[in-house]
Amino acid sequence: MESLLFLIAATIFAGGVWLAAFFWAARSRQFSDPKGAAHRILRDDYDDKPKE
Amino acid sequence: MGASLSEFAETARRTDPANAGAGRQSAARTLLFSAPGVHCASCISVIEQDLGRQPGVMLARVNLSQKRVYVTVSESIDADSIRDRIVGLGFKARELEARSSASSESENAGFALLVRVGVAGFALFNVMLFSVVVWSGAEGATRSMMQWLSALIALPALAYSASPFFINAGRAMSNWRMNMDTPISLAIALASGMSLFETWQNGEHVYFDAALALTFFLLAGRYFDERTRTIARSAAEELAALEPNRAIRLDGGAETEVPVEAVRIGDLVLARPGERIPVDGVVAEGHSDLDKSFLTGESRPVPVGPNEVVAAGEMNLTGRLNIRVSAAGEETSLRKITNLVALAEQTRSKYASLASKAALVYAPTIHIAAAIAFAVWFIGTGDARVALNVAVSLLIITCPCALGLAVPAVSTAASGRLFRERALLKSPTALERLASIDIVVFDKTGTLTVTETVLADPAGHDSESFAIAAALAETSNHPYARALARHAMAMGIKSSRLEEVRERPGFGIEGRYGSKSVRLGSAGWVGVADEAGNATYLKIGDLEPIRFAFVNRMRSGASRAIRELKGMGLEVQVLSGDTAAAVEDAAARLGIDCWQSERSPAEKSEIIQELARKGQKVLMVGDGLNDTGAMAFAHASMSPASALDAARVVSDIVLLDPDLQSIPRAIKISRKAKNRILENFGVAACYNLVAIPVAFLGLATPLAAAIAMSASSISVTLNAMRLK
Repeated sequence: MESLLFLIAATIFAGGVWLAAFFWAARSRQFSDPKGAAHRILRDDYDDKPKE
Repeated sequence: MGASLSEFAETARRTDPANAGAGRQSAARTLLFSAPGVHCASCISVIEQDLGRQPGVMLARVNLSQKRVYVTVSESIDADSIRDRIVGLGFKARELEARSSASSESENAGFALLVRVGVAGFALFNVMLFSVVVWSGAEGATRSMMQWLSALIALPALAYSASPFFINAGRAMSNWRMNMDTPISLAIALASGMSLFETWQNGEHVYFDAALALTFFLLAGRYFDERTRTIARSAAEELAALEPNRAIRLDGGAETEVPVEAVRIGDLVLARPGERIPVDGVVAEGHSDLDKSFLTGESRPVPVGPNEVVAAGEMNLTGRLNIRVSAAGEETSLRKITNLVALAEQTRSKYASLASKAALVYAPTIHIAAAIAFAVWFIGTGDARVALNVAVSLLIITCPCALGLAVPAVSTAASGRLFRERALLKSPTALERLASIDIVVFDKTGTLTVTETVLADPAGHDSESFAIAAALAETSNHPYARALARHAMAMGIKSSRLEEVRERPGFGIEGRYGSKSVRLGSAGWVGVADEAGNATYLKIGDLEPIRFAFVNRMRSGASRAIRELKGMGLEVQVLSGDTAAAVEDAAARLGIDCWQSERSPAEKSEIIQELARKGQKVLMVGDGLNDTGAMAFAHASMSPASALDAARVVSDIVLLDPDLQSIPRAIKISRKAKNRILENFGVAACYNLVAIPVAFLGLATPLAAAIAMSASSISVTLNAMRLK
């Protein structure tokens, strides 16, 4: 029964992390340009070194 | 631009290295540009990197989905310099003004919906996990704990995610009406209230998962609906951005470019050839020819001179005009008609959609069934709790889910399909209305024909006069002159050597051919009378003037589109403001028997209303201001992308493709979509025929409800996907 309590706490915590991440992603407009995001990974701007 | 953009600016300030360390605290603002040409990864790189290097630019970000560029700059930077920079990189760019704030509102609405979908989905899958424990036979304390945990997650999630349903239902209730949200809200509220009570009483059945599933599926449907409409709307806005909202004001000789809103009555405004006239006014100086086809439907350019009245929206073709402003901005005739159109649109919004008709039948049926179930069980068992449990399970299992998804799933699939056919669906009920039309009424000028003119009889002129005419025509921007020059080039005629050629805007072009003076221009200018119009005259010396007649070129695919429409059993008519001769010619070439000419805008809308009174469902296809009234009164309306802003605003569907064949295609898609919607209602009804008796007998467990709900939603969505 104790293990169950621990697992439940862990689940809720993990769920909370997911929810926070989702809120952050939506708020920073990461879903506003799906087509652009798909193209951006194809650019070679960052291939050799990170952008300074 | 609302909260989201100021947030964007905020992020920009924080992430920009040049700004972060130093104490430079200049105010930032975000400019928005429409750049329809961006399409690939390197477009993004080129624009973002180049703009990022400009002094004063804090952040440049390309949005490829919207084809827009967001640039955060310090206060001192001028919007035009950034625009010129983007243009210099080889992209078309135009600043989007504050009027596009409507789009940022809808963007925010989409964002709020997305977060709600996310929260509902998150809660649903967590509660499902707890439910699985209960379904697999947990008893006593374990079951109770799982139920309490479910309640802990479900109740706040429902309160947040399902609030749009509650708000909508409350609004309808306050007007003593019922809509689709009424049964949804009742089911969600009763299910969660009942479940909380059961949890507290250590009861067996709780419906938290069902309530969440209902919310999740319905919100997802709404999100996709909203998204497709946002895309269509922002594409329509791109078109609107191409209209002039700037004017060149003359302040004692100096030219300043100002927004139209800043122009005052009595100001002097310059209209250059090739531009649309931005204001209503009187010509103070200059001669030119105006293309008034957007306002009157007349295809022939009209010459104007000093003291003649011009209206906003007319195209200036040949000469520079100084215009004394008599009305600007909100006061122009253009804007007044737009406002009238908005009024007419409200009458059309009374159209009852299939979904609202279904809700009218569905909502009372379900509520009466639930009430009967409660009464029967209460009389039978004398236990209010058991009776309520049965009633709630009935509300949940006859879930409005499939019904709620039936329309949005189809309209999402259909508008996606239409978008690929390059047709923008602007109104949510347009699909249904378009599917039921039985007569198509076309405007002529600009819709069936394009503004480009061609020579009626290119072979019927001798080559010497053609060569002289071509030489004169080459120097002008008048559509007739351009058509002449084009034909001469296509036929390989070398234009004659002329001297002293000069254009007299509003009249024509003159020059000297050897010892003879030559003129190419309007009938009055060369001294002949002409009733038919649509012609220009060449006068060589004292000889009799030679007539060159013109016709408007047909839009590509026009005759095939008309044939297809007739093949689909639709009646086709032409309703034009142009002269009888021009309309008759066009109708004959396209094989349309029924046409009317020289109709004023008011007559046009009267004719459409008359057809509607006779019970016909009219699709009006038009492009000009003279069509907007008719389009607003029609059952459904379409306009080509080249149409005037006001006409595009009224139309349900904007055709981005210049080819008219997208009209029959769009009608076919809408008919299919309507069938899918009806099929979906059938699926939902069949499913309820089974579900209601089961629930009535008290056999609807939470597990059965969960399975049934998912199954019906998925079958409805899959049926909709067949449109793709």
